[in-house]
Amino acid sequence: MIKTKQLFAALTLMILGLSSAHADYTLNLMQGVTELSNDVYDLHMWVLWICIVIGIAVFGTMFYSIYYHRKSMGHKAEQFHESTTVEIIWTIIPTVILIAMAIPATKLMLEMDDIQDSDMTIKVTGWQWKWEYEYMDNGIHFFSTLDEASNKARQINSGIDPRSVPHYLLNVDKPLVVPINTKIRFLFTAADVIHSWWVPDLGWKKDTVPGFINEAWTSVEKAGTYRGQCTELCGKDHGFMPIVVIAMEKEDYDEWVIEQKGEALAEANAAEKEWTADELIAKGETVYTNNCASCHMADGAGIAGTFPAITASTIVTGDMNAQLDLLMSGKGMMPAFGQMLSAVDFAAVSTFIRNGLGNKVGDLIQPSAIKAKQSALPEDEDE
Amino acid sequence: MSAATAEHDDHHDHGPEKGLLRWIVTTNHKDIGTLYLIFALAMFFVGGTMALIIRTELFEPGMQFVDPQFFNSMTTMHALVMVFGAVMPAFVGLANWMIPMMIGAPDMALPRMNNMSFWMLVAGVLLLASTLFMEGGAPASGWTLYPPLVLQTGSALPFAIFSVHLLGISSIMGAINIIATIFNMRAPAMTLMKMPLFVWTWLITAFLLIAIMPVFAGAVTMLLTDRFFDTSFFDAAGGGDPVLYQHIFWFFGHPEVYVMILPTFGVASTIIPVFARKPLFGYSSMVYATAAIAFLSFIVWAHHMFTVGMPMAGELYFMYATMLIAIPTGVKIFNWTATMWKGSMTFEAPMLFSIAFVVLFTLGGFTGLMMALAPVDFQYHDTYFIVAHFHYTLVPASVFILMAAGYFWLPKWTGNMYDEKLAKLHFWLSAVSVNILFFPQHFLGLAGMPRRIPDYAVQFADWNMISSIGAFIYGPSQLIFVYIVYKTIKGGTGEKVTDEVWEGAKEQSLEWTLPSPAPYHTFSTPPKEVPTMSTGR
Repeated sequence: MIKTKQLFAALTLMILGLSSAHADYTLNLMQGVTELSNDVYDLHMWVLWICIVIGIAVFGTMFYSIYYHRKSMGHKAEQFHESTTVEIIWTIIPTVILIAMAIPATKLMLEMDDIQDSDMTIKVTGWQWKWEYEYMDNGIHFFSTLDEASNKARQINSGIDPRSVPHYLLNVDKPLVVPINTKIRFLFTAADVIHSWWVPDLGWKKDTVPGFINEAWTSVEKAGTYRGQCTELCGKDHGFMPIVVIAMEKEDYDEWVIEQKGEALAEANAAEKEWTADELIAKGETVYTNNCASCHMADGAGIAGTFPAITASTIVTGDMNAQLDLLMSGKGMMPAFGQMLSAVDFAAVSTFIRNGLGNKVGDLIQPSAIKAKQSALPEDEDE
Repeated sequence: MSAATAEHDDHHDHGPEKGLLRWIVTTNHKDIGTLYLIFALAMFFVGGTMALIIRTELFEPGMQFVDPQFFNSMTTMHALVMVFGAVMPAFVGLANWMIPMMIGAPDMALPRMNNMSFWMLVAGVLLLASTLFMEGGAPASGWTLYPPLVLQTGSALPFAIFSVHLLGISSIMGAINIIATIFNMRAPAMTLMKMPLFVWTWLITAFLLIAIMPVFAGAVTMLLTDRFFDTSFFDAAGGGDPVLYQHIFWFFGHPEVYVMILPTFGVASTIIPVFARKPLFGYSSMVYATAAIAFLSFIVWAHHMFTVGMPMAGELYFMYATMLIAIPTGVKIFNWTATMWKGSMTFEAPMLFSIAFVVLFTLGGFTGLMMALAPVDFQYHDTYFIVAHFHYTLVPASVFILMAAGYFWLPKWTGNMYDEKLAKLHFWLSAVSVNILFFPQHFLGLAGMPRRIPDYAVQFADWNMISSIGAFIYGPSQLIFVYIVYKTIKGGTGEKVTDEVWEGAKEQSLEWTLPSPAPYHTFSTPPKEVPTMSTGR
């Protein structure tokens, strides 16, 4: 008994020691930055306190009994074994408590469901393993992927300390930008498997289901950067598709919109121009690192038995059209990159894998040719 | 020839077959019970090793040991092995050993099928384990096997599906056997409302199993045809719906978790009165509460799917129905407390594990109630909060009670006493480390850590490390149990145990009226009277 107590004390000290070393953890649900998330937090606290009170009552009774009604204390067992009155009481009291929980929960549920009178709509599509955002009102459209610093650090035995990476695994190359105090309607769908879009500060998560559309809404009250993650297991890199939402003042948001339109134009022009092999290979290497290396490995060696090698692959070094089709449409665990990559990125990475990572086919493909192929792809199932 | 036949006929009156063959061909309920229990214990360590691989990778942020795909295989296989290989078979093992002895029957009603259902379980689990070595790796889509993700599995998919079929057939045969035994083999004096609660809870569990296993088999068969025969049950492009699978799965899956908890309730209701030296409080309300929980388990499935996008009416209905479960479950917890109240308690290992079960299962029940509320579940869903919740209802509940059952009945099975000091060490190490392991996961979930991720943001580092330390203590502590069981079988403390083993146990249940160890064949003639203290009548 004494040894057990010592062990317990040692463990407690260890826990306290660990906790004081880094103080940046939280114990409770975050309140968030929307009216809904605050209501969710309040309901959470209400139920938590009810549970704590019930817990104290039940465990208190039990431990009183364990202490006083022991054989070693000389307590003689009484032989009662039934009381209908007591049974009725402890059925009715919980029922009343449940009603006290159900009423606020129902109210909140109805509030969350009220999608009407939204000011703007953003369509979110889940992909293995990135998010696609489409602003339905002004045509802005982009993909959002885990940022490069996190991606490098998260490779097995990368030698990079995750603590040295700002917002490790919770940062993206291109965040979702929204205006504050605006009722935003989200439409959710997925391109391959089910994902789930969750930013805790907004107070909810919603699954993205291929072939179906879900809805939810938010209105952010405070400007800032809010981070979240995919919360439905979606394959190998499920843990590596974060969400970043930047909420801005309306004027800043309007400026951002203008900027985005300029960028989209520049990208369209880039797809039209004639690229040299060197330009494509250089760009392709970055695209490869961000999209392919986590399965096929940075050196193209793959993982035997699970992910095929790129180096000396007969598909990669064979007929270019067959290789492009595979990249476009995917196969098994291999995602379909046809709509996920821009024409320039697609052409660049195709050219890179044929001429890098130990391969030397010597040909190249122009973004303009990819663009033609992409426009022939079937549209998303839900459209 | 005639001599050999005569010898064969005599056989039934002697002991078991000699050597290894005894264990392969046995139709004796005690032998089969032992096989189930040993197999379950072995699988508990296989599944536990997988859990330790998971907790080792999660010890620190960054990827150190395994590839994310293998990590996903580990979470998937850990769950499948623990559910279908460890917890369910362990309770079937207890049912085999105890139900005939508790109702005054000589054996199970269908002894040959009993043997077959055990060996099909072994085949099913081996088939499942073999997928670890296949091209593309073991299934990595979570134990729920959700499409479309599960359809991306490599060569392992059909093997995993056939393994589910085998496990399902095995469970159904086991369940039929238990129902047939309870309905047909009770001693005349053993009326339904005099049956020990362990028997009652298993009777209800067996009905659950028969109802749900075919549903699961159907769901995975649809996966099979979607993958290999071009059907589109779960593919929107062909007019199907991936969410349909989730509805079917959880129609199986929710009662399935009660399959693991109802017999747990039964064992707790058997042990607590013995060590409180009092009748169980509210026997009949315990029976009705079990039946009510079993019924509710069929009409609450979509609370696992609040975020999937259901109509408002659906969300509200499943929220209210789920909340109702708190009422019969509460009745059970109050009844156990009332059983202890004004008793004359002693705290041997079975009682310690049972009390820890009541306390820690209640904690799991509280988080369950919190998650029943759909709008807050939008935050909790698929985070470490749910991981903490269901591990509280499975590890310090089902697994603790299995340990309690082991200590409680080992003296009856072997005729030897286990080492109480070591057992107490096992208890305290388990009870402390299980909380270090799972309690911090509540904080992780609330702070925003999703489940089933192989790596995490640095703000989750501290609690993950503490949780892993808990796992590193909890896992190896269970080896103490193996050592105690081995030592008890080999002679234990040397102290000769009485027939009733525990003071006054004879008044509580029939098995304690038999000699210790219980002879190979018991109750060849039914007992005239049955103990009534456990039922209070």
